[in-house]
Amino acid sequence: MLSQSDRRIIHGLQAGFPIAERPFAEVAAGLGMSEDELIACLTRLREDGVLSRFGPVYDAAVLGIAVTLCGMAVPKDRFDAVAAVVNTFSEVAHNSRREHAFNMWFVLATGRPEDIAAVICQIKAKTGLDVLNLPKLEEYQLEPNRGA
Amino acid sequence: MTAMALQPTDRAIVRTTHAGLPLCREPYRAVAEQLRLQPEEVMRRLRWMLEAGVIRRIGAVPDHCALGYRADGMSVWDVDDARVSELGRMVKALPSVSHCCRRPRQLPGWPYNLFAMVHGRSREAVMDEVAKIAAVLGPASHGHDVLHSMGTLKKASLQLGE
Repeated sequence: MLSQSDRRIIHGLQAGFPIAERPFAEVAAGLGMSEDELIACLTRLREDGVLSRFGPVYDAAVLGIAVTLCGMAVPKDRFDAVAAVVNTFSEVAHNSRREHAFNMWFVLATGRPEDIAAVICQIKAKTGLDVLNLPKLEEYQLEPNRGA
Repeated sequence: MTAMALQPTDRAIVRTTHAGLPLCREPYRAVAEQLRLQPEEVMRRLRWMLEAGVIRRIGAVPDHCALGYRADGMSVWDVDDARVSELGRMVKALPSVSHCCRRPRQLPGWPYNLFAMVHGRSREAVMDEVAKIAAVLGPASHGHDVLHSMGTLKKASLQLGE
């Protein structure tokens, strides 16, 4: 179970981690704890899976990686078989089941933009089902982190 | 800003840090040693990538499920294209919305152009948050739907290969 202090640390550290020689010391001072206590706490939260990551969050599009969200309406009796086919593609990063006529949603990521269409084509051919291709056109964000 | 502006040093830093920073007193020095660079160079390139938008933010990436937010709903909205950016920013300002973006409609089957991912402790909590989005959008929303999660089928990190 997460303590109040854990929650405060997670909340306070979602953005703005300093780029400095001793960044944890700077943050710890603001939280009223020591540098080593903060590092130990973050290590524990990461090992427990409460934090999936700690560090820079990169913009995939700026790095030249093509990403899109795909939806499929899969007949219930074929769901597991289709999921197995879709998941074999290394380009499929995340896949989840959702309660809707479009019940399978996955994120495709490829090094070259033209490969998105090719992978979708293969998924259509292997499953015999249509695929909604819904690339992100614009993302809405809060004031971006400008760091130290 | 395009991928072309990234130097080989930047790409090396991306590869070394995209899975996370080392949790030690001098994390940037640790990255620099791994890449045989000076810590100042690593920090300078990270500052530049932050300014240029290559890095969106530096910090903790919480797992919503591990935080107790076990339910999530992908809420999808049909709003006027001319107002989608303004409305999207208003929706993103709600604390329960983790991602908010514009995506293309695919008519006739898919009329929605605004996506907002909502997290909550239960499905009811997610629906309460969706009601807040509906209140923010008001008559600008011509229709919406909520696709509740029924489980993860695959979870891998994005491949940042060269």
